[in-house]
Amino acid sequence: MTETTLNASAATALKPARNSIFSHAKYVIAENPVTGMAFALFALIALAALIGPYIVPHDPLASGTAASLKPPSFAHWFGTDQLGRDIFSRVVVATRLDFIIALASVALVFVAGGFAGIAAGFFGGWTDRIVGRISDTIMAFPLFVLAMGIVAALGNTVTNIVIATAIINFPLYVRVARAEANVRRDAGFVQAARLSGNGDFRILLIHILPNIMPIMMVQISLTMGYAILNAAGLSFIGLGVKPPTPEWGIMVAEGAANIISGEWWMALFPGAALMIAVFCFNLLGDGLRDLVDPQRRT
Amino acid sequence: MLATLGKRLVTVIPTLIGVVIVTFLLTRVLPGDPAVYFAGPAATPQSIADIRKSLGLDRPLPEQFARYVNDLAHGNLGNSLSTGRPVATEITSRLPASAELTLLGLILSLVIALPLGILAAVKQGSWIDHTCRVVATAGVSLPVFFTGLLLVYVFYFQLGWSPAPIGRLDAFATAPPQITGFYLFDSLLTGNFETFRAAFSQLILPALTLGIFSLAPITRMTRASMLAVLASDFVRTARASGLDNRTVILTYAFRNAMLPVVTTLGMVFSFLLGANVLVEKVFAWPGIGSYAVEALLQSDFAPVQGFVLTMAVLYVALNLLIDMLYGVIDPRVRLEG
Repeated sequence: MTETTLNASAATALKPARNSIFSHAKYVIAENPVTGMAFALFALIALAALIGPYIVPHDPLASGTAASLKPPSFAHWFGTDQLGRDIFSRVVVATRLDFIIALASVALVFVAGGFAGIAAGFFGGWTDRIVGRISDTIMAFPLFVLAMGIVAALGNTVTNIVIATAIINFPLYVRVARAEANVRRDAGFVQAARLSGNGDFRILLIHILPNIMPIMMVQISLTMGYAILNAAGLSFIGLGVKPPTPEWGIMVAEGAANIISGEWWMALFPGAALMIAVFCFNLLGDGLRDLVDPQRRT
Repeated sequence: MLATLGKRLVTVIPTLIGVVIVTFLLTRVLPGDPAVYFAGPAATPQSIADIRKSLGLDRPLPEQFARYVNDLAHGNLGNSLSTGRPVATEITSRLPASAELTLLGLILSLVIALPLGILAAVKQGSWIDHTCRVVATAGVSLPVFFTGLLLVYVFYFQLGWSPAPIGRLDAFATAPPQITGFYLFDSLLTGNFETFRAAFSQLILPALTLGIFSLAPITRMTRASMLAVLASDFVRTARASGLDNRTVILTYAFRNAMLPVVTTLGMVFSFLLGANVLVEKVFAWPGIGSYAVEALLQSDFAPVQGFVLTMAVLYVALNLLIDMLYGVIDPRVRLEG
């Protein structure tokens, strides 16, 4: 799903330089094998999200008291929880939900924050002031705390977790989009487009947006990891996802009570899955930034 | 210095107004009716209407807002639905627990992150540098509640070094008399070393969890800004003048490299205050975070609103403090102010 959007946007933004961008990508990946690894991990996660529910060995919701709280074994790779549900199946199936929550919130903030930021950078003046004031107000809160408050106010559902995660990421997207649009506001190609009689909104959508797409894609993959962490944190404290739905954060919460009596596998495996997913997106973000913005390469 | 402080305080006012408006809007405009919660499950439309009237929810929004601000000015954050106790007293009594935890976490993190970042920059490309890079990348990927549980498993269940994660003190110890509210200080001030030990052993794991969490951004920033400073002209001049390595790094380079690090602390605090909630949940820590989580799960809105407001005001105050610190480190900032 993301792969196609990625490719599509890369293609629209960088059509003339297609060959060179691919060889450049190959060069960056060859130079930094970690980025290659991150792409492989990402493919694995995407695969688990797509076909996970059809290939897992056990029903993630099927409980059996005979097999409760068993440590990892050949039949249950990651062990079972106190209801005898297979942890491996639950971890794999949960990938889709976590992935969708993160993706939906990032898509939402990309549209809202991206447009608000471009408009602020392009028009300046009042638009800039209002968007800036909204961003500043959001930034005045510790972000996770604000997310808790929003979910509490809107109601305790998965949709509202998505919305809350989008809102706390809003200032980040605005900042990037605003800076990029501001630089291009008086660029030659924009003036040419204006002279040919294009309206402001047409210039924004057709001329400026495609140009800042690559840098926004980097922002997306950098915030994906954060979005996953935030959503899992919210469901860890009992917001949004309801049991028995498999989701990484809530699975860690369910396993938390058993940690002190030594049943480590209940919390470890979903927690590790969470960690690997976030790690993968962070590496991917760094890798993409190297591709798009070589000056900031570390 | 005082003039700078005054000027900076003035810029805080619009931020605070924004914060108050948002916490107000969170309850009033969005769906979810407090009157229905108050009335309980056996409510009739008539009783809900009565309650709405007695709460002043039938008034126009500006009037409700004025009332809210008036309550805030009198230190009234409303009452909790489930316990009936005023939110303000509950939060004040729980705040020291959260503050003690967060501060120790930050101190632990600074004690590890600053030397690590400096060494990584001084010995670029060495194993310390690589350690630093791994810490910085892995650290941001670790869910803080997961780190906490891992620490509990290793240090409580496997090694048996730390006590069970059940709050600030175990069942056998008694709390020190309240002076500052920080158990570590209070027990030392009253000379009660037994309690100090008990409180410290409860505190160290959650504080370490928070410390590990904030390690990554501080290490990364310290390394990056040390690298930039070490490559600058004045460091070259200092070296050329024959100053020894220690003086150059600690006196000249470090002080200048601190500026971006202090700026990062603002972001670190935002993360820390949020992570605090999760850590308190893992370790059953009786702070304001766990208070808010309990209330949240019961749809008890006043405590959550009070909690969000308290956290935001704290965060604004911390950012103000950071700005002041900036002036202490860099005299140029003071002159401009």
